[in-house]
Amino acid sequence: MKLHEYQAREIVAKYGIPVTGGGVASTPAEARKLAEEIGGKVAVKAQVHVGGRGKAGGIKLADTPEAAEQAAQQILGMDIKGLTVEKVMIAEAVTYEKEIYLGVILDRGTKRIMLIASSEGGVEIEEVAKTNPDAIIKIAADPLLGLQPFQAQQLAFAIGLTDGKQARQFASIAMALYKAFIENDAELAEINPLVVLADGSLKALDSKIVLDDSGLFRHKDLAAQRDDSADPAAEIKAREHGLTFIKLDGTIGCMVNGAGLAMATMDVVKLFGGEPANFLDIGGGANAEKVAAALDIILDDPNVKAVMVNIFGGITRCDEVARGIVEAQKIIKRQVPMVVRLVGTNEAEGQRILADASLIPANTLAEAAQKAVEIAQG
Amino acid sequence: MSILADKNTRVLVQGITGREGEFHSRQMLEYGTNLVAGVTPGRGGQKAVDNRVPVFNTVREAVEATGANASVIYVPAPFAPDAIREAAEAGIPLIICITEGVPALDMVATYEYVKAKGARLIGPNCPGLLTPGQAKMGIIPGSIASPGPVGVVSKSGTLTYEAVDALTRIDLGQSTIVGIGGDPIIGTNFIDVLRLFQDDPETKAIVLIGEIGGSAEQEAAQFIKEYVTKPVVAFIAGQSAPPGKRMGHAGAIIGAGGEGTAQEKIEALEAVGVKVAKLPTDIAELVRERLSA
Repeated sequence: MKLHEYQAREIVAKYGIPVTGGGVASTPAEARKLAEEIGGKVAVKAQVHVGGRGKAGGIKLADTPEAAEQAAQQILGMDIKGLTVEKVMIAEAVTYEKEIYLGVILDRGTKRIMLIASSEGGVEIEEVAKTNPDAIIKIAADPLLGLQPFQAQQLAFAIGLTDGKQARQFASIAMALYKAFIENDAELAEINPLVVLADGSLKALDSKIVLDDSGLFRHKDLAAQRDDSADPAAEIKAREHGLTFIKLDGTIGCMVNGAGLAMATMDVVKLFGGEPANFLDIGGGANAEKVAAALDIILDDPNVKAVMVNIFGGITRCDEVARGIVEAQKIIKRQVPMVVRLVGTNEAEGQRILADASLIPANTLAEAAQKAVEIAQG
Repeated sequence: MSILADKNTRVLVQGITGREGEFHSRQMLEYGTNLVAGVTPGRGGQKAVDNRVPVFNTVREAVEATGANASVIYVPAPFAPDAIREAAEAGIPLIICITEGVPALDMVATYEYVKAKGARLIGPNCPGLLTPGQAKMGIIPGSIASPGPVGVVSKSGTLTYEAVDALTRIDLGQSTIVGIGGDPIIGTNFIDVLRLFQDDPETKAIVLIGEIGGSAEQEAAQFIKEYVTKPVVAFIAGQSAPPGKRMGHAGAIIGAGGEGTAQEKIEALEAVGVKVAKLPTDIAELVRERLSA
């Protein structure tokens, strides 16, 4: 789950990382008030979950509270890549001498939490990785002891912060960011840029935090802050039912158990000349109710001309899926041809339940895909 | 022969009285798995799964009473990391965690702890392993598998069943089927299992099923080049996946810099002589071709 810049800023500030003055506003009047409190020049920044907001005109500088109000007036309600801006962050605009990058990630290869720093801040770290990989320094936190202060200091010296006081401040910021990462179950926490002010001290100008969805059960307060306006309605509805759904542009609705098989099903649909309308994993052990909800979500998409159900039961029981299909057929308003392939755990019972339903049966994945593609194209 | 588990493996189930735990323990028993004990704190002294399996309060007690030497974990995600550590502390050498949705950060220290105890962890978020005709430790349906010479290792659950089913249909049995899981941090990776299959004299060919995200398949390709002499056939899921979207598995995501695509994995595998199937059901035919070549 992605957090907005203003939400990430609140978290890093809570962990004692120095941030620039600012706050979040939903109206131009609030923006003005915040700008008055901050005093001086401010940046007015759209809070939307898409990249490239600066280029789209979603970030403006304002010299006075009046100008901030005006900028907020322009940005609030603005459409950025299909998303309406509902909040703006008002941030103190500071002058600085240097930009640094500091990030914490979970590295899959080493199975370690990795601190990443670069003397080249202010640009995307992926970009630096391509153009100047030597400018990126990585240090792995000990998996049992956590990040040690000496490691954070090593990082400071490695990116060229040679002044002792400055290195110590950097190290304390790195320790704090690591702590914020751990305690909030993040999968990414970054400050970019972390700037060096004229007096040599450091300040976080922009922060970004992405949380691990699997850890959200421990963070009800953060989970409640989810802004899913960037997600298609179908994806939100699916999430409420505990389903993983990703909307695509094709005509064949796919309902599959297991992420790997769901991806492979899409690949096979494509291989046979069709286009999948979605990725949908009903998860392990889905019950009838979940299956019915899944079909309902698929059929909400008017582009869907055929549905392909591909179930290979392991933890999922075919009888439960069959019951869900029968349930769904009772309530759905739109009749779309449904190709069903159902094998694995409790297969015979599942087939029995579906014997009377109006479906197109298939035995193999290829057969199911072929039939679904023919229907969708016919 | 097989890798990791056979009919003599003494299996323990953690979370045996839960809905999933009990259902799959019954299937494990029906398959003939040597299921010797279950653990559910507070239910010690009872018998689970139609009165057939003794339940203990702790893994340590279960190990002392039954000599269990492998554990399958079905406990809910918030408690799964603790269950893994409990099994490792009790000296269980093979721990299989089926549970999905375990917080990734919990696995960092847990992995390290398991390693320090000298145990092997498979998963989490995996279907477990199956040695056909001998032991079912997890949720892989026994009915689709048959004993034979093909070793199968996969990040996915149901996609593995697809491949195994196709192998069985053309009389190519399996030595062991290992589902390593699709989470970012997993206990056993492709390379670990490839090494075991290469060293197992009964395994004659290997099937590797990967998916988008991370670079485990590329690392596997490098390892195959250096160490594996047996024929390897692969399938990579997610060729039609859009970038930046998490495709169900926590680890299945093409990164912001475009890294972790199916294409780069397929290229890495083909470059070291691995045959990559277009359809998951084509895997079986390709294995037959490679074995008769």
